[in-house]
Amino acid sequence: MESNVENLINATTGEQPGAEEKAPRKTKLKIRGMKRSAFAMPYLALSIVFVIVPLFIMLYYAFTDGDGNASVANFVHFFVRPNIMAVMGKSFLIALLTTAVCLVLAFPLALALSSTTLNKKFILVMLFVLPMWINSLLRTYAVKIVLYMLEISNAWVAVTIGMVYDFFPFMLLPLYSVLSGMDRSLIEASQDLGASPLKTVFKVQLPLSLPGIVSGVLMVFMPTVSTFAISDVLGDTSTYMFGNIINQWFANSGGWNIGSAYSLLLLILIAATVILANKITKGQAEVGGVL
Amino acid sequence: MATATREKFDNIIEIKNVTKVFDGITAVDNVNLAVRRGEFVTLLGPSGCGKTTLLRMIAGFELPTSGTILLEKQNVTTMPPHVRPINTVFQKYALFPHLNVFKNIAFGLKLKRIPTGEFDKKGNPILRKYTKDEIAEKVERVLKLVNLEAYGYRGITGLSGGQQQRVAIARAIVCEPKVLLLDEPLGALDLKMRKEMQLELAAMHKNIGITFIYVTHDQEEALTMSDKVVVMTDGAVQQYGTPKAIYDEPANAFVADFIGESNILSGVMKEDFLVEFCGAKFKCLDKGFGKDERVDLVVRPEDIEIDTKKGMLEGKVVSTVFKGTYYEMEILAGDYQFTVQNTVERLPDETVWLSIKPDGIHIMKKLKTVNEYVGEVLTENTVEFCGGEFEFVNTDGFERGDEVKVQIPFDKIELTDDEDDGVIGANVTQTLYKGSYYQVQVYTDDDNDFLVDTVDEWDIGDRVGIKINAENITVTKKEEESEKSEKIEPAENEAEEAEDGE
Repeated sequence: MESNVENLINATTGEQPGAEEKAPRKTKLKIRGMKRSAFAMPYLALSIVFVIVPLFIMLYYAFTDGDGNASVANFVHFFVRPNIMAVMGKSFLIALLTTAVCLVLAFPLALALSSTTLNKKFILVMLFVLPMWINSLLRTYAVKIVLYMLEISNAWVAVTIGMVYDFFPFMLLPLYSVLSGMDRSLIEASQDLGASPLKTVFKVQLPLSLPGIVSGVLMVFMPTVSTFAISDVLGDTSTYMFGNIINQWFANSGGWNIGSAYSLLLLILIAATVILANKITKGQAEVGGVL
Repeated sequence: MATATREKFDNIIEIKNVTKVFDGITAVDNVNLAVRRGEFVTLLGPSGCGKTTLLRMIAGFELPTSGTILLEKQNVTTMPPHVRPINTVFQKYALFPHLNVFKNIAFGLKLKRIPTGEFDKKGNPILRKYTKDEIAEKVERVLKLVNLEAYGYRGITGLSGGQQQRVAIARAIVCEPKVLLLDEPLGALDLKMRKEMQLELAAMHKNIGITFIYVTHDQEEALTMSDKVVVMTDGAVQQYGTPKAIYDEPANAFVADFIGESNILSGVMKEDFLVEFCGAKFKCLDKGFGKDERVDLVVRPEDIEIDTKKGMLEGKVVSTVFKGTYYEMEILAGDYQFTVQNTVERLPDETVWLSIKPDGIHIMKKLKTVNEYVGEVLTENTVEFCGGEFEFVNTDGFERGDEVKVQIPFDKIELTDDEDDGVIGANVTQTLYKGSYYQVQVYTDDDNDFLVDTVDEWDIGDRVGIKINAENITVTKKEEESEKSEKIEPAENEAEEAEDGE
């Protein structure tokens, strides 16, 4: 009976019975005979089903035509249509605009919130993060009503405001965390050496919060570049974005191949931005890469 | 008078009645201090004594709650730090991780404006920035001074603690400040490195001639490097003087205990130049105390001589430890356990005779001889003081509502582990070993202090309860107060005069 149990344990850990008699068993972390890596199994399964397999399905669709024959026609479809390439450019532009506005608004705010005298007990930060608890589509409809009340009818302005409002916390939080975690004595040292509070911001706090900036930029830029819900709700045909186009291809039953190819193109461009961002933060030993 | 004004002019920093209160807690309590140009002054005290707060007020990082700080006779109390011609070496160096060594050091230089020698129409001097070459030259020179010539283009994170320390010092002195503040700069280094840096800092101070104000809790560091030492505790200055004066002539029992090894005893002044302790009378060099006045006295371990046959006090060796160049022995004589340092070893249980030369005994006025408070009689046998209601024996027929003076001797107070066992709660803020007992200072929640003589050892920060037996509380009428205060005042004046004279 006893040896049965032992065999069972050894089987799960991949060890041969009897091996331990020759050499003392190495002390690995085991809980009821399971290796530590075993705990990762559910997540591995999850990512296979929801990330890796879909990625391959997407690849398959992107490189085949409607009859399942290998083809690059789907990509050619994109590169011979300047108007669609323009939409993609516009998506990048509006994402960049949103990111820039978020950064310009969030940095001074994060700077102010990181001072303990102003932000006792995190309440002010919560105030800015609170909207995140509500579904983004609901928030977008709310924004639509507010914009209507304010009589803002320009589609570009409306979409940008909507996106800034939606993604602002994603910029604020990394900035706030890097600024509030910054050693106060560095700020004091800068002032001690003759830098006014404003110069200290540009010479010390801004460069040292670069990892937070990069992380915030990615967190805002990536979802905004591929979004379609916000431009659907708040915009018109002039703010038709790349995400809308992909959405439409998938909405049509025959468009999965071209939709996949477009998604893949977007994915490659986003990956390129992330790699670029990581290059920028590489010099920063403190926080390291973002992704 | 002429010398007095010249001296005053020579004071580069003057701190006048400076008090700093954080959330109701007094960190610095009415401190007065003058630092002369070119001096190396050390603020010394246990952690939490207010020395760093005082330094930060000089740097401009904290605003005093009250009082003024003068720099070269100019009031700088509210001047922001970036305008003050003062630089700081921070406790954890605070080097900028995004800049290399060179750029860290050049940081202050790039911001600095110097007069060109020309004047504009209004007669104000025209200022200019340092040129690139000037900055490079200055940085090279200071790197040489701190022995880091080849390190200019290294990153900060790759440097060792000692090297980072040197960069921090270089970064501060390259700006040629009027005063250099150093906040425990050697605290993070290992012992050997620390000793080296102590000597280097002292040499650097001599070479560049900048006034140094140095904060440390390490008394040896303070004595080694400084021209003057300021001993602080509880936010107040206990003594200000040369290292030798502080070691040889400690102002009170706290200073004596904090500076070096010492035997602190209670004694009675029999007459001028004669003090009695441990049941024997000793000649000493102190006079001017009242007859039979209770005093504190200090005997340094190296000032006690040991003989096997004759001496003033008979004692028994309790323990002995070899300390490299001498033996440190604990010797029980009378009630007291003396710490004695001698090059000759005596074994435990050996009977020895101790003798102390007159100049080895230093007598100090007792800060307080009895705990004294103002209280109010509540009922026939209870009196309220220090926020607690204590029972007492009412022999003089005091009535409810009478304001009275309450006295409790040090050794009649009982401290309890559990706060609830006592009448009032208190925090232990100081403990002094006095040979056969501990003198513990506790602060009650309404900021009254009790001195307690006890055989138990308490740790600083312990929360305790205070219990006093009814028969040990002496309650007298309050009228005597005025007489007493008159008696105290001249003594205080005397002490002030003595300080001024130095």
